Amino acid sequence: MRIAVCMKQVPATSEGDMDKETGMLKRAGLEAIVNTYDLAALEAALCLKEQTGAQIHVFTMGPEKAEAVLRTAYAMGADMGYLICGKEFAGSDVLATSYTLMQAIESVGRFEMILCGRQTTDGDTAQVSGALARWMNMPHFNWVKRIELKDNERFKISYCMEQREVEAEVQSPCLLSVEREAFIPRMPSLKLKISGKKKPIGRISIEDFKNTDVKDYGLSGSATKVKRIFPPKRTEKKEVVSLDKKMAADYIMTVLGSCIQEGLQ
Amino acid sequence: MREKEIAKWSGILVYLECYKGHIHKAGIELIGEAYRLSRQTREEVYVLGIGEDMERIQEELTGYPIECAYLYETEDEYTPLWYEEIAAECIRRLKPAIVLIGGTLEGRSLAPRLAVAFRTGLTADCTALSIAEDGGLIQTRPAFGGNVMASIVTPERRPQFATVRPGVVEAIEKNNLKDTAYIRKTVQNKNIDIIRVLKSIPVEAQEDITKQKVLVVAGRGVKKKEDLAMLRELAGLLGGKMASSRALVEKGWTKAAEQIGLSGNTVSPEYMITCGVSGTVQFMAGMRNTKNIIAINTDANARIFDVAHYPVCADLYDIVPELIQRLKKGRSEIAEA
Repeated sequence: MRIAVCMKQVPATSEGDMDKETGMLKRAGLEAIVNTYDLAALEAALCLKEQTGAQIHVFTMGPEKAEAVLRTAYAMGADMGYLICGKEFAGSDVLATSYTLMQAIESVGRFEMILCGRQTTDGDTAQVSGALARWMNMPHFNWVKRIELKDNERFKISYCMEQREVEAEVQSPCLLSVEREAFIPRMPSLKLKISGKKKPIGRISIEDFKNTDVKDYGLSGSATKVKRIFPPKRTEKKEVVSLDKKMAADYIMTVLGSCIQEGLQ
Repeated sequence: MREKEIAKWSGILVYLECYKGHIHKAGIELIGEAYRLSRQTREEVYVLGIGEDMERIQEELTGYPIECAYLYETEDEYTPLWYEEIAAECIRRLKPAIVLIGGTLEGRSLAPRLAVAFRTGLTADCTALSIAEDGGLIQTRPAFGGNVMASIVTPERRPQFATVRPGVVEAIEKNNLKDTAYIRKTVQNKNIDIIRVLKSIPVEAQEDITKQKVLVVAGRGVKKKEDLAMLRELAGLLGGKMASSRALVEKGWTKAAEQIGLSGNTVSPEYMITCGVSGTVQFMAGMRNTKNIIAINTDANARIFDVAHYPVCADLYDIVPELIQRLKKGRSEIAEA
C-alpha cells in the first residue's frame, strides 16, 4: 500500500503582514514551522505503516525552505518526500492549490490513500482536502478520528458530524482528513533524524505535470481574487483601566452584577 | 468565462443541511442572508435539501420567502460523494449565480467538492456578504493569516460558492411573501459499494460553548495547561463554561469544540471574560456580538481592548484567583444565611 500525506509549512505565528497590493501573506522573515494539524496526518499514516508496511510519501508545496517539512517527516518515519516548488504556484486559492497538489501526486503515481490534516493554521479554511479529493475523483471524509484497515481494499473509519459520530466503510483509493486529537504525533527519532538529513528529496516542478499550462496555476489559475483588504471595524475605543488586583476584582464583580446573583442561586 | 456565459447564471441557492427531518440552523440563517442579498440583485432565492423526511422539511420551510425548494428524499445520511452528486445535479439544472452553504462539519466537507466540480471559486467562513456594482458577490472574511479583512470576489466563474459559519448572519421571520414551489424527488444512492455508513451514534453536545450565558476564555497568556483548571473553576462559579482562543487549541491544551473564532465557534454570550487573549481578527470574528466583554490582558495595547466593553489591564494570574475567592465567599455566605 502506498499513502500520500499532504503537509504544509506555515508561519509560526498567525499574525503575519499582508501585501497591501495583492492581499497575499508576506511570508519572508517569518519563522516557519510544520502546520501542526499535518503532523497528525503523518501520524495516522505511520500507524497504518506499522500495521501494513505501507510506504509513506509526503508532499509539500512551498518555497525552497519548505524542505524542512520533509526533513521533519523523515525524522518521524516517512519514506519519501517531495517538494512542489515554483513561482507559478504563488497566490493559489483553494481551487488552484488543490489542482496543483493533484497534478503533483499524479506525477508520482497511484496511491491507495491520501491523508491530510484538518486545516492549516495560516489559511484556516479546511477546504483544500475536499477539493483535492474531488480533483482526484476519490471519495473523502473530513473530521476522521479512527482508521482501521479492513482488507486490502477497504477501510473502516469513524468521523464526526454535527452532534453525531459516524462509522463507515470506504473503498480505496480515498482521501481522509484527520483530527489532531485522535492522532497525537510521535516525537521524531534521533536515528531517523540523522539518516533523514542525507535522504534525497524529490523535486516536483510544473514540467513534471501532465498539464504544464501556467495559466492554470497560482494567481491566474485561481477563481477567487482579493479585491481589497482593510482593517477590521473597531468598536468605540474604551478607556483601558489599569488597576491593582483588589480594585480590578471589585470592578469586574460590579460588571458581572446580575450574572453573579443568578449564578449563586 | 465570458460575460454572456456569466449572465446565464442567476439567483441564490441555499444548501440546507437536513438530518432526520430537521434543518440545521445555519441553513435557516442563510435563507435570511440570501433574501437580503436578493433584494439587491433582484433575483430569486432557492433552497436545496437532501435527506430523509422531506415532508417535515417542507413544513419547516413554509412561509420563508423562497421561490422554489428542491427537496431530494434519500434514506442515506450525508456522505460527501453521494450528496455532492445530488447537489451538483440540482446546481446544473438551476444555474444559480450564488450558492451559500452553512460552515458546519457537513457544509465544509461538501462545499470544496462542489466548487471543484464546477471549476469555480469558494470562499470559506465569510463574515459578511454583499453585492458589488457589477452584480458579483463580495465575500468578506479575515485575510489569510493577517490581522486585516479581505473582500474576495469570483470575477469570471459561476456559481460563486461561499460558506458562512452558524451564528454569523441573522435569520428572518417567516413573511409569507412567496408562494414557494416545492420540487420533490426521491433518489437512490448508487455509491454504496464505495461508501457504506455502518452506524451513526448521537453525541450529546455537552461542551457546547455556543449556548452559554457566561464564557471565560483562555488565551495565549495562560502559561501552562494546568492553569486552565482555575479558569474552568471561575467559569463554573459563574454558571458558564470555559472556552479558548485558537492558540491553545493548536498547543493541544484545549479541544477544537472549545475554540472561539473563525475556525472555531461563533458565540454571543451575555458575559465574556477573556484572560490573556490578544484578540486576533480571526478570534474577534467569532465573538463580535457578545453583549459584555470583559478583557484581562497585561499588554495595554492588546487588540482585544479595541472591542472590549470593560478593558482591564492586569495580570490574569492576579485577578482570576481573586475573583474565585470572592465568588466562593459569596456562595458560602448565602449557604450560611
